[in-house]
Amino acid sequence: MDMKMPEQILLAKDNEDYILLFKRALQSARIDAGLQIVRDGQEAVDYLTGAAPYTDRTKHPFPKLLLLDLKMPRMDGFQVLSAIRQRLGFTRLPVIVLTHSDNPADIRRAYELGATSYFRKPDSLAGLDEMIHVLHAYWLKFNHFPE
Amino acid sequence: MMPAKLGNSVSILIADDDTQDTMLVRLAVERADLGLRLETVKDGEEAIDYLLGRSPYADRQAHPFPSLMLLDLKMPRLSGFDVLDFVRGQPGLRRLPIVIFSSSDDPRDIQRAYDSGANSYLCKPHSNGDLADLLKALQDYWCKFNHFPPCQ
Repeated sequence: MDMKMPEQILLAKDNEDYILLFKRALQSARIDAGLQIVRDGQEAVDYLTGAAPYTDRTKHPFPKLLLLDLKMPRMDGFQVLSAIRQRLGFTRLPVIVLTHSDNPADIRRAYELGATSYFRKPDSLAGLDEMIHVLHAYWLKFNHFPE
Repeated sequence: MMPAKLGNSVSILIADDDTQDTMLVRLAVERADLGLRLETVKDGEEAIDYLLGRSPYADRQAHPFPSLMLLDLKMPRLSGFDVLDFVRGQPGLRRLPIVIFSSSDDPRDIQRAYDSGANSYLCKPHSNGDLADLLKALQDYWCKFNHFPPCQ
């Protein structure tokens, strides 16, 4: 398998505590990936389209992977998914929904709108660590991304 | 129709004309005791027949609707791309997660697969040790953490 440059993960999440925990888990797993953070759905779309304040692609590179919460201000995760897959035509970006909800209607709707995968947020630190490890192993070690 | 979950085992449909590759996957899954139920078809047409529950796959006890499909690209009759296009165009099937499992690492194949709606793209490893690692990562990711959609 080819060695890859540090990959960028974009996390769209409006909860500061969760962002802190996520950063800590990435660091403690010593995962060589850049983490970019946006705090609502509109910021996620701005980031992906390179709109201000995300115009500089060296500082804000297009991510390999988007981790997307569903409940966010301005645009929610469903609206972001639909914008990504339809209006913006980013068909190749893997989007993993990361949410509290395990409501089958939410799961179904997320896949219907083009989610790649659907994760329920772990509710323990050990669970978060394991999830980060599994995400990293699957996406950054084994998956092949489009250019 | 809900994806089959028999006890703890998740059902995966493998579509691959290379029966040796399929046997190696089956062997690795058994050795690591990954608790996956594997169903296999040998070309794209059989894959579609399986998903639609057409004969000889009409019995859903014996041939459960899969939670996940592992799809080869280069297959006779209908290719993996044809299967992707078909599944993504079917309201009853389109949410099925499809992971490409191909020996090709040609960027054109990778891009076309994502454009056609593949969830992920894995290349067939060259060694059995790497295959075991890949299947463990696949099982951890899709079966432990991911929530599958209801299919209809």
